[in-house]
Amino acid sequence: MTESDNIRVPVSQQPHSVIKSKKENGIGGLVSIQINEKAVMVPLGTTILEACRKNQIHIPTLCHHEDLCLAGLCRICVVDVEGMKTLQAACSFPITSPLKIHTSTPMVRKARRHIIDLILSEHCGECYSCIRNGNCELQALAKEYGVDGYRFGHVEQPRYSVDRSSVSVIRDLNKCILCRRCIRTCIDLQEVGVLEAIDRGDKTHIGTFLDKPLADVICINCGQCTNRCPTAALSTNDPSDEIWEAIDNPNKHVVIQTAPSPRAAIGEEFGVAPGKSFTGELNSALKRIGFDKVFDTNFTADLTIIEEGTELLNRLKKVLVNCDTSVKLPQFTSCSPGWIKFIEHFYPEYLDYLSTAKSPQQMFGAVIKTFYAKETGINPDDIVTVALMPCSAKKFECNRPEMNSSGYKDVDFGLTTREMATMIKEAGIYLPEMPKTGFDDPFGEASGAGLIFGATGGVMEAALRTVYELVTGREVPFKNLNIEPCRGFDGIKQASVKLENCVNEYSFLEGIDLKFLVAHGTANAKKVMQMLKRGELNDVHFVEIMACPGGCLGGGGQPIPTSAEIRRKRAQAIYEEEASLPIRKSHENPYVKYIYQKFLTEGPCGKLSHKLLHTHYTKRGRFIS
Amino acid sequence: MLTLEKNSLSEEIEELVSLYGENRGSLLEILGAIEKKYGYISEFAQQEVARLLNIHPVEVYSFISFFSFLHSKPQGRNMVRMCKTIACNMKGADNISAVIEKELGIKFGETTKNRRVTLEYTNCLGMCDCAPAMLVNGKIYTNLDVEKAIKIINELK
Amino acid sequence: MSTSAVNPKKRTGPVIFSEYNSGDGIKKAFSLKREDILFELKESKLKGRGGAGFPTSSKWMLTAAASSDKKFLICNADEGEPGTFKDRVLLQEYPELVFDGMVIGGYTIGAKYGIVYLRGEYEYIYESLQFYLQSMRKRNFLGNNILGSNFSFDIKIHLGAGAYVCGEETALIESLEGERGEPRNRPPYPVNTGYMGYPTVVNNVETLAAVPHIVCKSGKWFKKFGTDKSTGSKLFSVSGDCNKPGVYELPWGITIRELLNIVEAENTKAVQVGGASGICIPKSGFDRKLGYEDAATGGSVIVFNEKRNMLQVLKNFMEFFVEESCGQCTPCRIGNVKLLEGVEKIEKGNYTFSYINTLKELGNTMKVASKCGLGQSSPNSFISILENFKDEIFKSNGANNDRVG
Repeated sequence: MTESDNIRVPVSQQPHSVIKSKKENGIGGLVSIQINEKAVMVPLGTTILEACRKNQIHIPTLCHHEDLCLAGLCRICVVDVEGMKTLQAACSFPITSPLKIHTSTPMVRKARRHIIDLILSEHCGECYSCIRNGNCELQALAKEYGVDGYRFGHVEQPRYSVDRSSVSVIRDLNKCILCRRCIRTCIDLQEVGVLEAIDRGDKTHIGTFLDKPLADVICINCGQCTNRCPTAALSTNDPSDEIWEAIDNPNKHVVIQTAPSPRAAIGEEFGVAPGKSFTGELNSALKRIGFDKVFDTNFTADLTIIEEGTELLNRLKKVLVNCDTSVKLPQFTSCSPGWIKFIEHFYPEYLDYLSTAKSPQQMFGAVIKTFYAKETGINPDDIVTVALMPCSAKKFECNRPEMNSSGYKDVDFGLTTREMATMIKEAGIYLPEMPKTGFDDPFGEASGAGLIFGATGGVMEAALRTVYELVTGREVPFKNLNIEPCRGFDGIKQASVKLENCVNEYSFLEGIDLKFLVAHGTANAKKVMQMLKRGELNDVHFVEIMACPGGCLGGGGQPIPTSAEIRRKRAQAIYEEEASLPIRKSHENPYVKYIYQKFLTEGPCGKLSHKLLHTHYTKRGRFIS
Repeated sequence: MLTLEKNSLSEEIEELVSLYGENRGSLLEILGAIEKKYGYISEFAQQEVARLLNIHPVEVYSFISFFSFLHSKPQGRNMVRMCKTIACNMKGADNISAVIEKELGIKFGETTKNRRVTLEYTNCLGMCDCAPAMLVNGKIYTNLDVEKAIKIINELK
Repeated sequence: MSTSAVNPKKRTGPVIFSEYNSGDGIKKAFSLKREDILFELKESKLKGRGGAGFPTSSKWMLTAAASSDKKFLICNADEGEPGTFKDRVLLQEYPELVFDGMVIGGYTIGAKYGIVYLRGEYEYIYESLQFYLQSMRKRNFLGNNILGSNFSFDIKIHLGAGAYVCGEETALIESLEGERGEPRNRPPYPVNTGYMGYPTVVNNVETLAAVPHIVCKSGKWFKKFGTDKSTGSKLFSVSGDCNKPGVYELPWGITIRELLNIVEAENTKAVQVGGASGICIPKSGFDRKLGYEDAATGGSVIVFNEKRNMLQVLKNFMEFFVEESCGQCTPCRIGNVKLLEGVEKIEKGNYTFSYINTLKELGNTMKVASKCGLGQSSPNSFISILENFKDEIFKSNGANNDRVG
């Protein structure tokens, strides 16, 4: 729970209030227990589930999720504790005294089977017509317990209509098993607060405010709920049918950009252990599927760094030299669409702090339907742009009405990692065995700086590499350009770098400690905004915020399951790939230089840049009408 | 809702919040007070309560939906709650309910068109020794028979 | 017609309804050390009167021993078990016992605040209780430095809003905290982590009403009544087919037959002991004793005569649980629906015995796997009624063996 230690957990779900011994091996630090006759020692306060898992004893779970606070409500994990009249939920029972635990008594097995049977009796839908077929926790449990029929009957007619109002997330309550992971994700992990349990008794269901459609309430589209739903009650809005149609249409020129996070995780969809990137293999697969061009989103990530970095320097100059009080600092990053919607709803009065730079996805769309169309002579009307993203909020972002600066819909479709994997499988391709190929020109090369956007702190690290060098003429003073303070999964990271011996143009920054802050997960973003409100960020210059825990690599469209360990492995894959790249600074990307020479000739933050690469935000507020 | 009405409702809720305390623990009391005065807690009122207690509107709605005596939709001017649990059931509560339904031309769970009466079933009222019983606007009536019940209903304004 | 202004008729009984003057218990308690009160309570072997029967002295000792700057005492007046109304009588006619019990409890465990969680259905008692509290404050039985001591204590009344499950102590605490009334995981128990995370005692109205008597007349005196494991007396709420329904204070250990005689029940076929979540006892069991060691009850006794259709009784109970389950845990939320569907199948004659047995097994799972007492006890009536009245139920509703389920 390192990422979520400080979340607002309801008292009911907080762990036992035992005072844990500081020294695990000190007096009272360990408790000796018996699990299935085997004697083991566990730290005081360990749950029965944790104790069993440490000892290779499998306990089934459904409502439990390691990212979330305790629930203890599906009851599938019940075990027998000697001396207690009833069975106990292993996931939420803290061990504070010597216990004798039995995990597979006839009563336990019968109870678990009954619980599965009960859930199945209300679970409407057939496995073969389900998006989670093969990756469903309920299906897996049914198999594990040898379910071969509906003991307590089965719902034939759907009881709820499917909510497809949101462009990002689809809710199908017919498949909901009321584990409430989505509630704990939305309220406690992300602090957005869209979903709660509504009504009681047999009418209990997961609902929104007044059971309104998802599109009408304050959902930031982060999709974290879809990542943690054990069934297909929550899923992303899949545009692949339309994409296939475009691919199959000979008159359409279909281009796809791929972001680094999906590349570092898509292998998981093909059974590969987390921690390996499949960038080259994916390029070949996409070509074979029929995409006309495959581009690297990192190219516009580099562009983002140039635009956003320049904007930061401009802001610094206006504040420090011109004493312009209308200019806001710190500057907040703007590439996470979940974060953008979050601030638009919850902190609309602070929109001026956001960088106006578009996200790499949207910059790419605008560049493809202008610069690329011009270079290749293809009518932008015939270009279909697809973005492979780790993210469900990217679907909302590309559908924002203001995202048409090319004169067309800049990005036509946002596709998640999971949806992409299905398309690849549908095309009969086994991704891990594909040959490695490169990206297409004219945006072929991208720097490693763009690559690390995928992990929390990555945008900051990339920006610092460029800004520091622009200002001082020297590389950032960190070994191998690895700005370690930006890395890792602490909820909020803060550090600074001193600007000395600045070049003439930036002499006004001489001696300044450039302070930066990095946060991920909107619960942490909320904390940062409260710090800002209290004036605690007055001396901070630049803030990176990502809506999802872990950054993009933990995005709502990434492979299921997710856990701190899986996210750590994905980050490792990204940083390893980055270390091997020849160019690791955005401003050294030759294609970026080229586009500024050929197309964006007024330079970063120039007139055309502003038209194509920058945007504005909407004060949405919290009121639900 | 008119802005003026909204403003006065906001002020009222602010007063309730300062009376019962600006924390989630006051939710039951605040919502109870609003329900008592208006017969329900409107969409706007729910959001105001959420704003002032610094919780999410859906949490307020979830809370309301959990409790039988809180409503998020307008109810009739008079709330009639008929006990349907065992002791009352044994003493003919269902017969009385059927007659009341006929008299008012609505089913339990519904409100008359003129908003005069809402009928609701409720579980055990704790009046099993003088069953059948019903609550009318919080007031208890016991040892009911058809005649008595109809008289009470018809006297409601 | 309205009983909201019941003229306090003085009742008689061995313990609760025995002679008591308002404030006597408080005065006596203040002359004793806290340990002495706990000792008397332990000596009395008083157990929780809500139904679960946890020793009251243990609850108080654990909370008294917990180190915390704040502690709470909650009076659970969310009486909602079908057929129970004794707490209403106590609050209407004997508020001095309940409130004195709370002050003594607060003094003993070191709590400064007491909360009465009054069910919304009893809203009509609210004003009179407030009035009584005000009079206690005037007499300095409540408030700062009670009776010149250095102990301060006050009581607040919270109104519930119609949810049976809030009678479960952790669900009650949740709703007081502004959360849905859904039971918590235990451990931790409220004595350690209760209201707002502080050590909290939650006692039933009747339990608290016994405390002033025990303090005034000793634990030894209290345990003279009743049986070895069920000491003292019990308030029984009797309803259904009898000539004299009402609240009776009788010593524990009385047989069902004896009780039926007292309430003048005729042609009795069955008695539901413990409300909808209790068990249904047929004629053959009328010599069973009411008490924790045999037929336990929180007070509810519902009498059925020969004319009653037991399947309809069961249906009424199961409908109750389907609605009143908090909906949180799987066994209770869906299990009760399945049991009700089973009753409806029997009603229609559309069942097999093997399916009914499957449902009974499900009931046994619900008893051990549900999260709280509601789901753990809701199958009791299903199992006991189908077992004890199988002849009546299955004779008139023949099985259709061609169809399963």
